[in-house]
Amino acid sequence: MRLVWVLSLTAMDPRQQYLSDFGEILLFMIAGVLFVVVALLTSRLIRPDRPNAEKLATYESGEEPISVAWTQFNIRFYIIALIFLLFEVEIIFLFPWSTIFANQELIEQTNGAWGWFAFVEMVIFILVLALGLAYAWVNGHLDWIKPEPKPTEYKSPVPREVYNQLNERYRK
Amino acid sequence: MLMLTTLLFILPFLVLYTILGIYAERKISAFIQDRLGPMEVGYYGLAQTVADLLKLIQKEDIIPTVADKPLFKVAPIVIFVAVFTGFSVLPLSSTWMGAGIATGVFFLLAIIALDVIGIIMAGWSSNNKFSMLGTMRSAAQIISYEVPLGLSILCVCMVCESLDLQKISYQQGIYSPETQYFLSIEALGIDVTAIGGFLSWNIFRMPLLFFAWVIFFIASLAECNRAPFDLPEAESELVAGFHTEYSGFRFAIIMLGEYAMMLLVSILGVILFFGSWNSLLPNIGAIRLATWTSGEPGTTASTLWGIFWLMSKSLFFVATQIWIRWTYPRLRVDQLMNVSWKYLTPFALGLIILCGFWKLIF
Repeated sequence: MRLVWVLSLTAMDPRQQYLSDFGEILLFMIAGVLFVVVALLTSRLIRPDRPNAEKLATYESGEEPISVAWTQFNIRFYIIALIFLLFEVEIIFLFPWSTIFANQELIEQTNGAWGWFAFVEMVIFILVLALGLAYAWVNGHLDWIKPEPKPTEYKSPVPREVYNQLNERYRK
Repeated sequence: MLMLTTLLFILPFLVLYTILGIYAERKISAFIQDRLGPMEVGYYGLAQTVADLLKLIQKEDIIPTVADKPLFKVAPIVIFVAVFTGFSVLPLSSTWMGAGIATGVFFLLAIIALDVIGIIMAGWSSNNKFSMLGTMRSAAQIISYEVPLGLSILCVCMVCESLDLQKISYQQGIYSPETQYFLSIEALGIDVTAIGGFLSWNIFRMPLLFFAWVIFFIASLAECNRAPFDLPEAESELVAGFHTEYSGFRFAIIMLGEYAMMLLVSILGVILFFGSWNSLLPNIGAIRLATWTSGEPGTTASTLWGIFWLMSKSLFFVATQIWIRWTYPRLRVDQLMNVSWKYLTPFALGLIILCGFWKLIF
């Protein structure tokens, strides 16, 4: 009975309708978890289980792993996360505005003032945040470490021209 | 009328799509590299993915002794469920839609962003240096590209004045509740509501949205960790990135999550920019191609046409993603950050201002 209630989203009350819409999202979450758990349980029933120390060692291309991997990492990641947070909060503010700033009814009620007023206000908001991006940019927080390839020190006994001749011969 | 949940369609479709998607990926890569690809299992190797799945489900479960076991086990579930829940708000046709919440776009952005938590859990709990490097790269990449992705989607919301995916879909076809003008310029006086087809899709309705779509597409590739943005799992340097320690069916779940993500961002792109479940063909005078290939809303025909158009357009973009993966080389990490913060984000901010002007002037 409950399943039918969830499956048939035909509630009369609009508020109940809205709740059952989120019920459907919950249904997707439950179905997703169930799908994965059932698949893993099936796997558990048929797979072998013969662990040994080598098998359970951390993979490091055949080397014996030294120390743990939970170490400090580059501070740049935090700066990127901070800038991201700034912009994500900005986007949260922009989304509700985007649905209303060009609303025809409100524009007509205010003789066109509403649209431009809302728009100019938001442009100022965006520019303030763009200023923040420019600040981070100028201070080099957006520059990641750039690898500098070094030419090899090895001196080849074969002269460069021989290679060039070979390349020319096969270039067709 | 009894409206069934879209789950009944999405889950089987997703499994079938992943099985065929992996096959398509291998065949397309083989074609691009002048090989044959899988040929042995089934007709032209069609059953290859099924055989792989059968193999994976029988594989021993290996969790490294030094790993954080509870997190390690939960991570694939988080990755898959975060992506899978995103499918719940998608409209499949004019009447058969998922959860009809008014903030569908917003919800989708939020749930896609949860994916990164699963990736961090997987990489951190593995206690493996490759996983750790892959995870940090992945997190930095996903959050960096989240910004241009959100801003390009915002352009669509400004043009459509809605966050409801179904409302946005209705605006892009012959069943639009409002009159749609060519290029959304009312002064031109060309009414395209009755014509429909690709002319009423967002990228044609509003030419600036084409540039927004370019930003959206690049950012969505990065969100899926697909090449040329596959640094998190760069096979040649990090073994497999954040899922190095995963094997057997847990690995299969992560793979399923990745393919589901490809489909999800493709469907989202189609809904926002390429007419959602609306027909590609326009009405030309008496030849009413759009009407014939849409069906009256509420009928079975319209549901089938809707699913057909939405999915065929989305699968086209999935194929494009595969094509791009096997064509372009991987970006370097500094280039990756430059593209997002120094090019896409400022361009997206500029596009928002231009879209606002366009919307208010015309």
